[in-house]
Amino acid sequence: MASLRDIKNRINSTKSTQKITKAMEMVSASKLNKAEENAKAFVPYMDKIQDVVTNIAGGNTGADHPMLQSRPVKKTGYIVITSDRGLAGPYNSNVLRALNQKVQNNHSSTDEYTVVPLGKVGRDFCKKNGMPIAKEVTGLPDQPDFAEIKEIASYAVNLFSDEEIDELHIFYNHFISAISQKVTDKKVLPLTDIETEGKKLSSYEYEPDEEQILKTLLPQYAESIVYGALLDGKASEHASRMTAMRSATDNADELIDDLTLSYNRARQAAITQEITEIVGGAAALE
Amino acid sequence: MKTLNVSVVTPDGPALEGSYEMVSCRAESGELGILPDHIPLVAPLTISAVRLKKEGQTEYLAVTGGFVEVRPDHVTILAQAAEQPSDIDVDRAKQAKERAEQRMNQKAEDIDFKRAELALQRAINRIDVSEK
Repeated sequence: MASLRDIKNRINSTKSTQKITKAMEMVSASKLNKAEENAKAFVPYMDKIQDVVTNIAGGNTGADHPMLQSRPVKKTGYIVITSDRGLAGPYNSNVLRALNQKVQNNHSSTDEYTVVPLGKVGRDFCKKNGMPIAKEVTGLPDQPDFAEIKEIASYAVNLFSDEEIDELHIFYNHFISAISQKVTDKKVLPLTDIETEGKKLSSYEYEPDEEQILKTLLPQYAESIVYGALLDGKASEHASRMTAMRSATDNADELIDDLTLSYNRARQAAITQEITEIVGGAAALE
Repeated sequence: MKTLNVSVVTPDGPALEGSYEMVSCRAESGELGILPDHIPLVAPLTISAVRLKKEGQTEYLAVTGGFVEVRPDHVTILAQAAEQPSDIDVDRAKQAKERAEQRMNQKAEDIDFKRAELALQRAINRIDVSEK
């Protein structure tokens, strides 16, 4: 049996770990609030831009744009949203597993795809597995604003318009609730599945014309899809980290209880032994 | 007098919401002045200032990468960035302007030049708006 002091040490170290996990849980909780607010603030923009895109692309205006057409897929681009730090439960591994599966199912050589990882964990994963990295982004803040993501988003969109890639997918954790996030594979480009059914199309005048507008609007639309996914991913990251830290805190509680029990047992055993020794000693004197 | 509901939305959240008598902005095809009961219209905006008029007062807004969507009683401006004069960091804009000018003087590759040019436009636009 471990000595009294050993057990005491373990209890103390578990307690200090618990303090850290508890603090991290609370930090993540407040970050999650902010991330949710950001995601909410983004909704009106997305709705509106979607409206306009649907109106122009869905209406029978005869307007056309390379981004609206699917072409034979020779090379696929994947944007993968991961975090910079670990300790977020299954957040990163879920996304990366999904990516890995997709790549293994669909591609036989590394020439057929390229990855744009966001976050250190994703970058390291791609490097380790020998996946081709087109561009990497690390050190994104917890509350990213659009300007920070614009560069990478337009880079990916440009890959598509330069016909470097023929399809652009994005892998991220979709935020459902604080305890549930779902890995999502979303096709960003080409924009073939714009839903027009059930929506009221209003007719607009276009200034100068539809094609000019599509030319500026569609890249922006694609960029906002990427940004939206990032916001969603960030919210999931904080939620996932919060849940992971909460269960770590709970586990520490349990561990401390167990250790305290065995500490008390060991102490009691030591006392019993001392008494036995004293009684034995006294009996020997008589 | 009739008014227009104007809302300016950016990816970082709504930037402005209110009713105005007139909206003027610079579209890629030229200046646009929008009064109530305008025909529905969609037009891309240049990096420029949007002017909102109400009761003889004019408010300015610096927009980047924007669109205007007009309906008879509602104008929505979708922009990648939109700032009111009070929100503009003039020092930052001035620094950005210098940086962009430097980069343009180096005459690097085409793409870089284009980006520098856009950055310069954004900076100048912000400085202009902040001085109004």
